[in-house]
Amino acid sequence: MKLITAVIKPFKLDQVKEALKAAGVQGMTVTEVQGFGRQSGHTEVYRGAEYTVEFVPKIKLEILADDGVVDAISEALVGAARTDKIGDGKIWVTEVAQVQRIRTGERGGEAV
Amino acid sequence: MEFVPDSGNTAWVLISTALVLFMTPGLAFFYGGMVRGKNVLAMLMQNFFAMGLIAVLWAAIVFSLAFGDAGNAGFVGNLDFAFLKDVDLGAGPDFFALSIPFVLFAAYQMTFAIITPALITGATADRLKFAGYAVFIGLWVILVYGPVAHMVFGGGWLSDMGALDFAGGAVVHINAGAAALAVILVVGKRRGYPHEPMPPHNLPFTMLGTGMLWFGWAGFNAGSALAANGVAAQALMNTILAPAAAMLGWLIVEKLRSGHATSLGAASGAVAGMVAITPCAGFVGGMAPIYIGFATGIICYLALGLKKAFGFDDSLDVIAVHLVGGLVGSILLGFFADPTINSLVANPGVLITDGGTDLLMDQIVASAVTLGYSFVVSLGLAAIIEKTIGLRASDDQQDQGLDLSLHAETAYSN
Repeated sequence: MKLITAVIKPFKLDQVKEALKAAGVQGMTVTEVQGFGRQSGHTEVYRGAEYTVEFVPKIKLEILADDGVVDAISEALVGAARTDKIGDGKIWVTEVAQVQRIRTGERGGEAV
Repeated sequence: MEFVPDSGNTAWVLISTALVLFMTPGLAFFYGGMVRGKNVLAMLMQNFFAMGLIAVLWAAIVFSLAFGDAGNAGFVGNLDFAFLKDVDLGAGPDFFALSIPFVLFAAYQMTFAIITPALITGATADRLKFAGYAVFIGLWVILVYGPVAHMVFGGGWLSDMGALDFAGGAVVHINAGAAALAVILVVGKRRGYPHEPMPPHNLPFTMLGTGMLWFGWAGFNAGSALAANGVAAQALMNTILAPAAAMLGWLIVEKLRSGHATSLGAASGAVAGMVAITPCAGFVGGMAPIYIGFATGIICYLALGLKKAFGFDDSLDVIAVHLVGGLVGSILLGFFADPTINSLVANPGVLITDGGTDLLMDQIVASAVTLGYSFVVSLGLAAIIEKTIGLRASDDQQDQGLDLSLHAETAYSN
C-alpha cells in the first residue's frame, strides 16, 4: 500500500482529477497549500512598490493506491499536470503501514 | 415676502446631498481594500464613525463657525447658527443669495465636513487607536475645518482676497492632506514598515469604492453650483473628463516605470483626477479638465516617491493623492479659470483670453495658508492627544490586528 502525494498548479486540478478517475482512482484528498521550490515566488507591484511573494498558492493531492497501480497513477498525474513551465510541482510516493475504512472497519486493499 | 425655493435647484441639491454622503462609505471601501485583512473593519469603522460624530457636531457648532457672519472677510464665523438656530426653510443670510432652503444648504455642506476628516484615515491606516481618532476628528472639525471653510466658502478673507475654490480643493483636499501629514509625523510608522510587505488585501473593494466615489463626486462638484444650471452641467462634464484623463496619465507613467498597468493604479489615478478637478469644476471648460486631469495623473504618480524620499509612512498615499492632487488643481485653476464659464471668475487664468497672474497668485496664497494652518493646528492637536489619551495603537494591538484588538470583531472567518 502506497500514498501518492502531489503538489500541482491550482488551475490544473480539474484536468488531473479527470485523468486520475480515468486511471481508476476512486478517491483523493485535496488541500490548498502554499510553498516555493525552484520557481521561488513572484513579484507584485502596488503603486510602484514591489513586493516579493515567496509562498505561491498550490494544490496538494493525496491518493492511496495498491502497489501494482502506483506507476500508472503517477504517469496519469504527471501527464495531466505538466505545462512544461517552471512551477509545475512535484510528486512523491511513500509506504503506508495500515489503512482502515472507518464505516466498515475493513483493512488493507479492501479499504482503498 | 415669504421665500419660495426654486424647485429645480432644490431638487438637484437634495440629490447632491445624498450623493456626497454616499462618498464616505465609498472612501471606506477605497481605503478598506488597501489595508491588511486584520485591519479592514477598523478602517471602515473610522470612516462610518465620521458620519456619526461629525453630523452631530456640525449641527451643534461647526456649521455656525463655518457659515456664521458670512462675508466678514475674516478668519472664522460666529455662533449665530449654533444648535441650528435660525437654520430654517427660509433663504438664510443675503450673502449666500440662496434659491434653496437654508436648512438644505446646511445639510449639503455637512456632507463635506463628514468626508474631510475621514480622508485622513488613509494616511494613518493600521495604527490608530479608535478613541484617540474620535477625539482628534471631533476637535479637528471645530478648530480646523470650521475656520478653513469660513475663510474659503463662508466669505472669509481668502475668498475676499479673490481666491477661488469651487467645491473644496483647498477646504477638503489640501486641508485633509496637510492634516494627514501632521498626524503621521506624530504617530510614526506602522509596526514593521517598511521591511515587512503590506500589500492590499482586497483590491475589488478598492475598485468598488472608487466607483462609489466617482458617482458621489457628481454631487460634490456639480452640486456645488447650488443650482440646476449651466455651471452645474459644466462641473459634471469636468468631473467625468478630469478623472478619466488622470487615470490615463497615471497608467501610462506606471506602465513605463514599473512595467504594468494595475487596477490599483487606475483607481488611484481616477481619484487623483477627482481631487484636482474639485476646485476647478465650475470655473473651467472645454479641454481644460483633460489637461488638468492628465497632468494630475502623472504628477500624483511621481509624488508617491515623496514618502520614501522623506522617510514618512503615508500608508495609503493620502499625501500623494489628496494633498498633491489638491495643490495641483488649486494652482492649475490659476491657469484655466474662464469667465465665460462662470461670472464669478473676476480674474481670468494665465492661459485664458485677457488672463493674468492675479488669480494664480491668489490661488498660491490660499493653498499655502490652508496647508500651513491645517498642518500646524493638526500637529499640535495630534501631539496633545498622543500624550494624553494616546493616538498610536500599541505594538501588540497592531500585531493582533485593529479589528480584534480595538473592536472585538473580525471581518473574515479565517
